Amino acid sequence: MKSQYKTEIFYNYIIIGILLILTLSFLLPFIVVLSTSLISEAEWAARGGHVLYPKKISFVAYDILFGKSYVLFNAYQITFLRVTLGTFCNLLFTTTLAYALAQRDLPYRIPLTFFVFFTMVFNGGLIPQFLLVDFLNLRNTIFALFVPTLINGWYFLIMRNFFMNIPKDLIDAAIIDGASPVRILISVVLPLSMPVMATIGLFYAVYHWNEWFYASIYITDNELKPMQIILRGLLNQATMEGMENISFMEQPPPGASLRAALIIFSTVPILVVYPFIQRYFVKGIMIGGVKG
Amino acid sequence: MKKIWKYRFYYYLALPGLIYFIIFHYVPMGGALIAFKDISPFDGLRGFFDAPWVGFKHFERFTSSVYFLDVIENTLIISGLKILFGFPAPIILALLLNEVLRMSLKRIMQTISYLPHFISWVVTAGMITALLATSGGLLTETINDFTGSNINFLGNKDYFVGILVTSHVWKTIGWSSIIYLAAMSSIDPALYESARIDGANRLQMAWHITLPSIMFVIVIMFLLEIGNLLEAGFEQILLLYSPSVYKVADIIDTFVYREGLLALKYSFAAAVGLFKAVIAFVLLYTANRLANRLGQTGLW
Repeated sequence: MKSQYKTEIFYNYIIIGILLILTLSFLLPFIVVLSTSLISEAEWAARGGHVLYPKKISFVAYDILFGKSYVLFNAYQITFLRVTLGTFCNLLFTTTLAYALAQRDLPYRIPLTFFVFFTMVFNGGLIPQFLLVDFLNLRNTIFALFVPTLINGWYFLIMRNFFMNIPKDLIDAAIIDGASPVRILISVVLPLSMPVMATIGLFYAVYHWNEWFYASIYITDNELKPMQIILRGLLNQATMEGMENISFMEQPPPGASLRAALIIFSTVPILVVYPFIQRYFVKGIMIGGVKG
Repeated sequence: MKKIWKYRFYYYLALPGLIYFIIFHYVPMGGALIAFKDISPFDGLRGFFDAPWVGFKHFERFTSSVYFLDVIENTLIISGLKILFGFPAPIILALLLNEVLRMSLKRIMQTISYLPHFISWVVTAGMITALLATSGGLLTETINDFTGSNINFLGNKDYFVGILVTSHVWKTIGWSSIIYLAAMSSIDPALYESARIDGANRLQMAWHITLPSIMFVIVIMFLLEIGNLLEAGFEQILLLYSPSVYKVADIIDTFVYREGLLALKYSFAAAVGLFKAVIAFVLLYTANRLANRLGQTGLW
């Protein structure tokens, strides 16, 4: 009995040991970047890249970053506009479509749902999409950043499933009370749907915060470039591909600590928020995930 | 007809969303017909109706080009390796987390493991460069200290695919484990109880109870991965690759991007894109059919 107890303890240590190493590997890159952002160029050069922790904390990189604030401030504004306006429109259009197609007796409900579903398994490809946005003159407008991805098929399905599972009694009671469909939607369904709205809204918001590819092909106007594009331009400048030279810093390629500071600067909002919102995400995966 | 009128409110509600799908999904599907035409780079879709039909010219050019085999092979190899390592990894992580008895510790580790999921690929690529840059990369410099040689990780064909797979696993392992942990939480505790009485140790319980109990979820997730076999990680590769590794890193998506949006060969790139979309459709459709066969609701 005693030896079994000992193996049990041993087993626990092994498991926790492996997990600690894994956890550290998730954090390590962030620690390196954070430390790099907190030292001066001189220290970075002296230490030749071996920066796990800062020896002497210096905010020079952040000072420079905020000194050049126009481009950054502007990019932040664009990202903020994209996240708020984009998420609002995403939610509005996803909810209305999902609620309508969640009505079990709606004529043509199945073909209409298939109409949406089909776009999830087949698409025209990148080039026709790009040419369409070009054709509609959406390039270099803020709309290019969220209109082409207005409704995500998966999120539509998650919401539709949620609406379909609202107890029918609640709706029937409202109908008996003489409530109109609009009234039912606003005073019965929406208050019940806050958790799913929050989840899907956060999915969309994180998407908009992080998305860079469509922004990079649809936006060429510097004034409209979101944060991620500025970041990418800067990181690229310092590495192999100087694909686009963003007139952001003076000529010499920005130093390591400056790049690190920009990474931190664009990531902190998510880092601060995600531990609090992650349970909504987990919930979203449950509702949308495999049933069973 | 009367019934439709009765439900008019819901049709009005659905209308904006349906119009969105028509314009931004079905119109591009029609637009993919430019693959059978010669579209001029200046007109784009505006010249759609005037452009001459050329049949399968662009498809034949693609299948007979030197890039064809490389691009297909790279897509399948990168995607295949990502499945080989990236698919079991979250299952193992979930099994490990499931063994942690202290709930608070488990929750903290879980939360940290989700972190990479919330970070954009731009930032992730930036951090990969910070670790692997030829001069000043933490890992490169450390290896340099011990061996005296400076490895150009990101520019080397031998390492590049490994970097793609590793960073893919790093970014997805925590998030993908959620679904398995959820499945584990619904396992009946009585099963473990009786196994304990029978003298099973924890390893045996994980192997004989936990794993079989989540097998269905594993199979479904695997089918989903197979359905997305042609998605080898467009954003990740686009951010990390360079001409010196095109030979091993160029996938269908990056090829379409360069040919179409950088070289402006719209019709040719659209043909390559359509080629991929058709195969992807077959894969997804088959995966879904198989999932249905398993007697469940399928993937959707």
